[in-house]
Amino acid sequence: MSAQAAGTEVALRIANVGMRFGGLWALSEVSFDVERGSVLGLIGPNGSGKTTLMNVISGVYKPTTGDVRYGGKRIADVPTHEVCHLGIARTFQIVKPFASLTVRENVAVGAMYGRYGGKRSTRASFERAQELLEIVGLARVADRPASDLTIPDRKRLEVAKALALDPDVLLLDEVMAGLNATEVDEALELLRDVNRRGVTLIVVEHLMKAIVSISTTIVVLAEGKKIAQGAPSDVLASPQVVEAYLGSRWVKRQEQLKQIEAQRAHAAQVQPPDAHA
Amino acid sequence: MTQSPLVIDKLSAGYGDTQVLWDVDMRIEPGEVVALIGSNGAGKSTLLGAISGVVDTWGGTARYGDTSLTGLEPDRIVNAGVVQVPQGRRLFGSLTVEDNLRMGAYLRRDREVEADLERMLTLLPRLRERYDYLAGRLSGGEQQQVAIARALMARPQMLLIDEMSLGLAPVLVDQLIELLAQIHATGVSILIVEQDVQTALEVSSRAYVLETGRVSLSGPSPQLLDDPQVKKAYLGV
Repeated sequence: MSAQAAGTEVALRIANVGMRFGGLWALSEVSFDVERGSVLGLIGPNGSGKTTLMNVISGVYKPTTGDVRYGGKRIADVPTHEVCHLGIARTFQIVKPFASLTVRENVAVGAMYGRYGGKRSTRASFERAQELLEIVGLARVADRPASDLTIPDRKRLEVAKALALDPDVLLLDEVMAGLNATEVDEALELLRDVNRRGVTLIVVEHLMKAIVSISTTIVVLAEGKKIAQGAPSDVLASPQVVEAYLGSRWVKRQEQLKQIEAQRAHAAQVQPPDAHA
Repeated sequence: MTQSPLVIDKLSAGYGDTQVLWDVDMRIEPGEVVALIGSNGAGKSTLLGAISGVVDTWGGTARYGDTSLTGLEPDRIVNAGVVQVPQGRRLFGSLTVEDNLRMGAYLRRDREVEADLERMLTLLPRLRERYDYLAGRLSGGEQQQVAIARALMARPQMLLIDEMSLGLAPVLVDQLIELLAQIHATGVSILIVEQDVQTALEVSSRAYVLETGRVSLSGPSPQLLDDPQVKKAYLGV
């Protein structure tokens, strides 16, 4: 294991990764480590290379330059299904269930062929599927065809399918897009639960509230390059990140929220709940 | 451009045996920007579909000026000036950006299509750079720009936009809001459906809240932004 600060262990190392499509470098010289058990938020403008990086990590693309290391092993040349067997799973931005199979069957396929590579019995796979459907809150629709599900439920199914692969590292590509405030809170609770079970998460998302609330570290990509990395509060204060990604409306909104909080705090001070006139 | 109000009167709609919309009343004046907000499953997209003719209505009416939209085929509704930007963009992925834009003008018989194409490329310079690319190969933000431009190529008087900000970077949403303001300035009325309620209420002058298929609340957007019920249910503050 490579040297790292005491007490932390690198689950995934992205080292100088570059990805060229024809004349376009979709990624160039991207490097960062993902600590085991952490939640890494990956943000950046549309077209900045986030999904391309997901594809490189999960073995869909072989990077043009650089290396991806998982538990010290080079996986840049490893085909997708073997990456999955090694313990890296992902969800897709455009959900891809087997539409004619039931929700339970969709998850059981993952449980059977994922980490266990077809060696898990049908019965054990269906049992595992049932457990996962309960965790993600889909047990109530387990026997419905996947094509029947609403948008939030399709996102839940996408997470359950990926979890069925028994991953150590889970890549989540915009699983919260299209959810409302309450549904986002539920999704965050689910992801925290998954993370507590020891799964390292890489979360791609445009909902900043969600990213800030769940990430240990945030990495920002812009035009294929890493422009910032660090704790959420530091990264979001970076003028470069504001300009490339967050935009002026976001900054304005944060200031408004701060004012509201300050007013509330002030009101609480002036009038403590147990105060008498 | 003749402008008309869109008037929805006691509209009901659904799928199969399931009723989704119940007696929805709504009115959008010429040149207004109106927001429609509500949870997933509240019926927002169904209402847009019922207006643009892709969802069958069960009762009530939708009128655009003198034209009754209920029962009309979707192409006739586009011809009447009411055009939708669908959720998820729904581009022709294996066609180029140019061909997607031209598809937007498919029903037009006038000679100004070329001029409008040029106008779109001036309005959205990114699309000029991507003119010969297959739409399916574009980034999410670029695809949303194509979807809006394709709708504009039909020369709408009333634009229906479903989940414009979905999956887009905050800075890009800012740009699209600018674009909406420019479209609005040319006199087009706009009905937006947004999961991002804050954004929806910031860009609109009035809004309707849909809950389980019924209009539960409506009023000026600034007022709804301050409404405790809206704050709690949709803004999470």
